[in-house]
Amino acid sequence: MDIFLQQIVNGLTVGSLYALVALGYTMVYGVMKLINFAHGDLVALSAFAGLTIYTSMFADGGTSMVAVITVFMFTAAIIAVVGVLLERLAYRPLRTAPRLSAVVSALGAGLVIQNAIMLIWGPNMKIFPSDLFPSTVYDINGVVVTFTQLMILLFSSVLMIALYLFINKTKMGTAIRAVAIDQDAAKLMGINVNRIIMIIFIIGSALGAVAGLFIGIYYRGITFDMGWMYGLSAFVAAIIGGIGNIPGAMFGGLMLGLFNALISGYISSAWAETFTFMLLIVVLIFRPTGILGEKVAEKV
Amino acid sequence: MSKLLEVKDLHVGYGAIKAIKGIDLYVNKGEVVTILGANGAGKTTTLRTISGLLKSTKGNILFDGQEITKVPAHDIVRLGMSHSPEGRKVFGTLSVEENLLMGAYTLKTHDIKTLEWIYEILPRLKEREQQLAGTLSGGEQQMLAIGRAIMSKPKLLILDEPSLGLAPVLVKSIFKAIKEISSTGVTVLLVEQNAKAALKLADRGYVLELGKITHEGTSKELLNSTVIQEAYLGKKK
Repeated sequence: MDIFLQQIVNGLTVGSLYALVALGYTMVYGVMKLINFAHGDLVALSAFAGLTIYTSMFADGGTSMVAVITVFMFTAAIIAVVGVLLERLAYRPLRTAPRLSAVVSALGAGLVIQNAIMLIWGPNMKIFPSDLFPSTVYDINGVVVTFTQLMILLFSSVLMIALYLFINKTKMGTAIRAVAIDQDAAKLMGINVNRIIMIIFIIGSALGAVAGLFIGIYYRGITFDMGWMYGLSAFVAAIIGGIGNIPGAMFGGLMLGLFNALISGYISSAWAETFTFMLLIVVLIFRPTGILGEKVAEKV
Repeated sequence: MSKLLEVKDLHVGYGAIKAIKGIDLYVNKGEVVTILGANGAGKTTTLRTISGLLKSTKGNILFDGQEITKVPAHDIVRLGMSHSPEGRKVFGTLSVEENLLMGAYTLKTHDIKTLEWIYEILPRLKEREQQLAGTLSGGEQQMLAIGRAIMSKPKLLILDEPSLGLAPVLVKSIFKAIKEISSTGVTVLLVEQNAKAALKLADRGYVLELGKITHEGTSKELLNSTVIQEAYLGKKK
């Protein structure tokens, strides 16, 4: 029972990170029908940028909550700018081109970012300092929860709830949903579609940046090519939940995290990825549009 | 009377295909003007170019004295033009209320009076306020599309085939609503295949054939013209 509960905690932690990254994929897909394959590399870039900001600004090791929040804010802002540039340079010129061209452009942009990370920070693994968060460990009836895990769960829930409310309860959020349904009709409402797409990239990249930093803090070792691995998992999560669907990405991320953790706990962590893709295949066989699917309410 | 909309020598093409081959038309303030024509005549292309969704290859469009030929669609809405597109294009997974609020996107705060007025002339929308627009019937969706278009309190309302695919009783109530809207001083540019109903409502009309205007005149003149009667009103010699 202890293993089960422990793996639930671990799974929710990793799942929250998948969910944050998956949101970036799903929001861009929802509005542009484009898989932003460079998104995972933005997550990796965030970890490296965050590490540099932390070590250069707080080199004396004087860690405080203020320092951590500063690092998160700065990194998220930088990655949001990179995300907007990515859209301007790699996707906007291909807006009316065939879908495949944009996909190739996305893959290319991902390689550019990945190689830029390697050129700037080198090909070797970098290690995050262990003192960003207190090393407090809570033991609840045999289930171990670290302070870092608690922070991940807390921050990602807050961000996801905020995003959900923004998308569903505000005028701007409604406009984002309108653009996702029909860009021409949205233009006729006076909605500036380019601006909405920019906002999507800002939000998606910033959420990915938070996830990237947490990945660095949680796993500590970061490599220039880690974006591919985390990006792929999050992409699978977005598909399982139903790509284009925001609650779907949250659900898919958490589900995939739990599933991975339970496989690791009861079978072997070496098999976790194999089972991930088996889960994907099973879901796609029975629910081709994902578990929550793209919400469809069209009547012709 | 002053011209609210003026289109001069407009040419529009899709690649090598020329859809609109030099048309001139105008709409005076307060008028209801209709463009008639068969499928593929270029009616929808004309409207989509006026509202900025398509770019013209040649010619000018003036709205309220301002050149809008190169202005993007979302900015044209701000100038006071509203376009209810062909096929209704309501936001299916948004509620009826959210659809209407999107219609008022350009306004800082949406006008409760406008919303109440829309619910008054299109009462079905009030009943279905919280329902997803995609679950409405075709007629209700058309009412929503019109309601959504007038939420921005436009000077010019452009309607593309509002009666398309609707039962006769619904066509009647749609035209009644358009009349109601026009009576408040909103200028209306209406594209229709239902020529009879459109001419009854309109002050003037244009007939578009293969990208060119072949006839124009007051509704009365067009209704009495034998050419128009044979081609669009289904009367035999």
